[in-house]
Amino acid sequence: MNLGGQGAKSMAGDGVSDLFPVGLRVLVVDDDPTCLMILEKMLQNCLYEVTKCNRAEIALSILRENKNGFDVVISDVHMPDMDGFKLLEHIGLEMDLPVIMMSADDSKDVVMKGVTHGACDYLIKPVRIEALRNIWQHVVRKRKNEWKDVEQSGSIEDGERQQKQLEDAEFSSSGNEGNWRSSKRRKDEDDQGEDRDDTSSLKKPRVVWSVELHQQFVAAVNQLGIDKAVPKKILELMNVPGLTRENVASHLQLFPNVPYRGTHNYSHFVQKYRLYLRRLSGVSQHQSGLNNSFMGPSDPTFGSISSLNGLDLQALAATGQLPAQSLAMLQAASLGRSPNKSGISMPFMDQRNLFSFENPKLRSREGQQPQMSNNSTSKQVNLLHGIPTNMNMQPNPHGSQSSSLMNMQMSQPQSRPVIFNDTGANQISRLPSSIAQPNLSNGMPSGVVLARDGSNSVSQASTMVDFSVHPNTDFQGNSFPLPTNNSRVSIITSKGLLQEDGINSDMKGSRGFPPSYDIFGDLQQHKTQDWELQNVGLTFDASSHSKTQGSINVPPSVLVNHGFSSSQNNVQNRSTSVGKVMFSVGEQSGHGNVQSMGQQLDSVLDCNSLRVKAENLPEASGQNMLFHGQFSQEDLMSALLKQQEGLGVASNDYFFDGFPLDNLPV
Amino acid sequence: MERNQSHRQVANMRKALFDQRYLDEQFVQLEELQDDVNPNFVEEIVTLFYRDSTRLILNIEQALEKSSLDFSKLDTYMHQLKGKTTSIGAIRVKNECTQFADYCNAGNGEGCKRTFQQLKKEYSTLKKKLETYFQFARQIGPVETACRSSY
Repeated sequence: MNLGGQGAKSMAGDGVSDLFPVGLRVLVVDDDPTCLMILEKMLQNCLYEVTKCNRAEIALSILRENKNGFDVVISDVHMPDMDGFKLLEHIGLEMDLPVIMMSADDSKDVVMKGVTHGACDYLIKPVRIEALRNIWQHVVRKRKNEWKDVEQSGSIEDGERQQKQLEDAEFSSSGNEGNWRSSKRRKDEDDQGEDRDDTSSLKKPRVVWSVELHQQFVAAVNQLGIDKAVPKKILELMNVPGLTRENVASHLQLFPNVPYRGTHNYSHFVQKYRLYLRRLSGVSQHQSGLNNSFMGPSDPTFGSISSLNGLDLQALAATGQLPAQSLAMLQAASLGRSPNKSGISMPFMDQRNLFSFENPKLRSREGQQPQMSNNSTSKQVNLLHGIPTNMNMQPNPHGSQSSSLMNMQMSQPQSRPVIFNDTGANQISRLPSSIAQPNLSNGMPSGVVLARDGSNSVSQASTMVDFSVHPNTDFQGNSFPLPTNNSRVSIITSKGLLQEDGINSDMKGSRGFPPSYDIFGDLQQHKTQDWELQNVGLTFDASSHSKTQGSINVPPSVLVNHGFSSSQNNVQNRSTSVGKVMFSVGEQSGHGNVQSMGQQLDSVLDCNSLRVKAENLPEASGQNMLFHGQFSQEDLMSALLKQQEGLGVASNDYFFDGFPLDNLPV
Repeated sequence: MERNQSHRQVANMRKALFDQRYLDEQFVQLEELQDDVNPNFVEEIVTLFYRDSTRLILNIEQALEKSSLDFSKLDTYMHQLKGKTTSIGAIRVKNECTQFADYCNAGNGEGCKRTFQQLKKEYSTLKKKLETYFQFARQIGPVETACRSSY
């Protein structure tokens, strides 16, 4: 992400980039050479990186070739080869870039047409440089809304965006970077205070793509035909009150590349689409059988994170409904063993659909508490109850010192599968840890699971963040000076929020930002962390595995064990590490291992580490998991010398749509 | 002394172009875009504009000669011309374009033709004036930049 890269370089002391939006990559399309030349010069004067193009078709091919190459497109409305609105539509569907329309035509209906077709802005010619200086805001807003889209309707990210996220993960190695972003984002939110889209995130009911709704969608698409299935028409055919074009559009992005009929991509697309539909039907059947209630009420309120006294987590209580099956499955997977060994042998195409459904209930590991079951709406687990508070309380700037309560809450606010299935599970494992180990904390490995379709024509991204928090808090003496008296950790999976030291941050993020990003922004003032991501990114070609996987029984235990560890060089603080892993593998387990303070935790690795069985999911926001640990140093010391617990939190979502690859036994 | 005089002359010419509403603020925007990288940016743009619009004017002329006028086609042409003229700040020509488009929408063929004659007149008048201006400005060199504040 260019944005981020620039920001990283230009970090100012206050955390806000001075240079942004320098280098914003703009594609300007106008058939009028005079206008094009003026625009180019103006954009260059804005210090943007300008690519000019005098034909819409060429612009489209440039964009297709290099989907990740631009941040924003400015296009004329009237062009001889292709109407600007047509271009706008293609860009919206294929690249999902912010598009600014411009024309000398200022009549209301034309401007309206631009808006309804999805233009993020409409500039009347002559375009003034002042207007161009501001266009970066559309890039920021778009990213932010994309994030929201994921949250709301589960749009699938494309491969490029995954790439971005990977990059973001790398960027996040700098606390400053995170800080910049969060500041930027906050600023942006402030700027858009009156913005309809912005404020609607909590008010507007999210669209949950239920099976019924989705079947309506599919029926509409079928009726229209593949190449005519534009969001607007689908919406009309579906005729569902409350559903917006944007909802449909993002849902439609499950198969975003709709090539022209006759092009070489077309047949591939059709194939893809059929596969997609087959998956739909396959999952639907299973869906009914499983009585999967993924249509979880949504809109978790994260409002009172700030008042993290560990006790008011109800405010954070998101609702989630997790099928027990998936929970069990996850647990089995995360334990690396599958008691029932639900072998799945099926044609590879369907395998992805069926995979998690084929997993019968698996036994839970001893000591693990299945937290989620069907229709459970909110779970809150306090693992450390009654830890004595007090003892040398030090002044606490955040006022939440007195609570030494490790509060763990897992919530799955919305299981909103794009396709239909969402199985998730959480597990909490209590981990004994030896007192002798002066580990202040272990970090949270988080796996971000990204899906990449092997064929690249439908790239589906998923971000799943798994945090496992292992606060094995042992204090031997006062040997671990904490910079602040109070440490809290709140982790929100799939949003990537980690809180510490009383900093409040919200759940909003833009998808382009790594989940760890807010965390850093907030943590940064207290400490610097080095984040290392190891083993980031595995990509497998679907086709190759398809062959091998055709009839392989794939028990969850035979998974890719993806180990990653994050270490941080911070002796002074509770270490929190978020590792991000990009997988293209259909199923795998992430093995997180965090070292803190140079203390190898290998001995307790198996206990401490989180194993994640992850399948690609189209949306990351399907679940949120919160972990709130809040305790003051003294409290922890007193309490945890006696009582040491490790919390392992794993959460998983299974989205079949985003599961383009087959299981990979390693 | 003589040099000062020519400075003043160029400045006056420029001022007249604005005072007589041949040009509007958009032209100033172009002037501001002129820098070391493109020292003759304004002139290049104006040259490009006239080269680029000549064909368009011709197209409109031919379309107007037809017995039954294709107003939607004329409207499209005129929008193109309007986009160009506004981009260089040729306000008088642009006003004619707007007038033309209004007649187009009203289906007033006579109005279109009458306006087009007026448009061509403004178009070529501006061309002459700008050519003269640029010629003088080139002679006195970069000092011209300093005169910009007079607007």
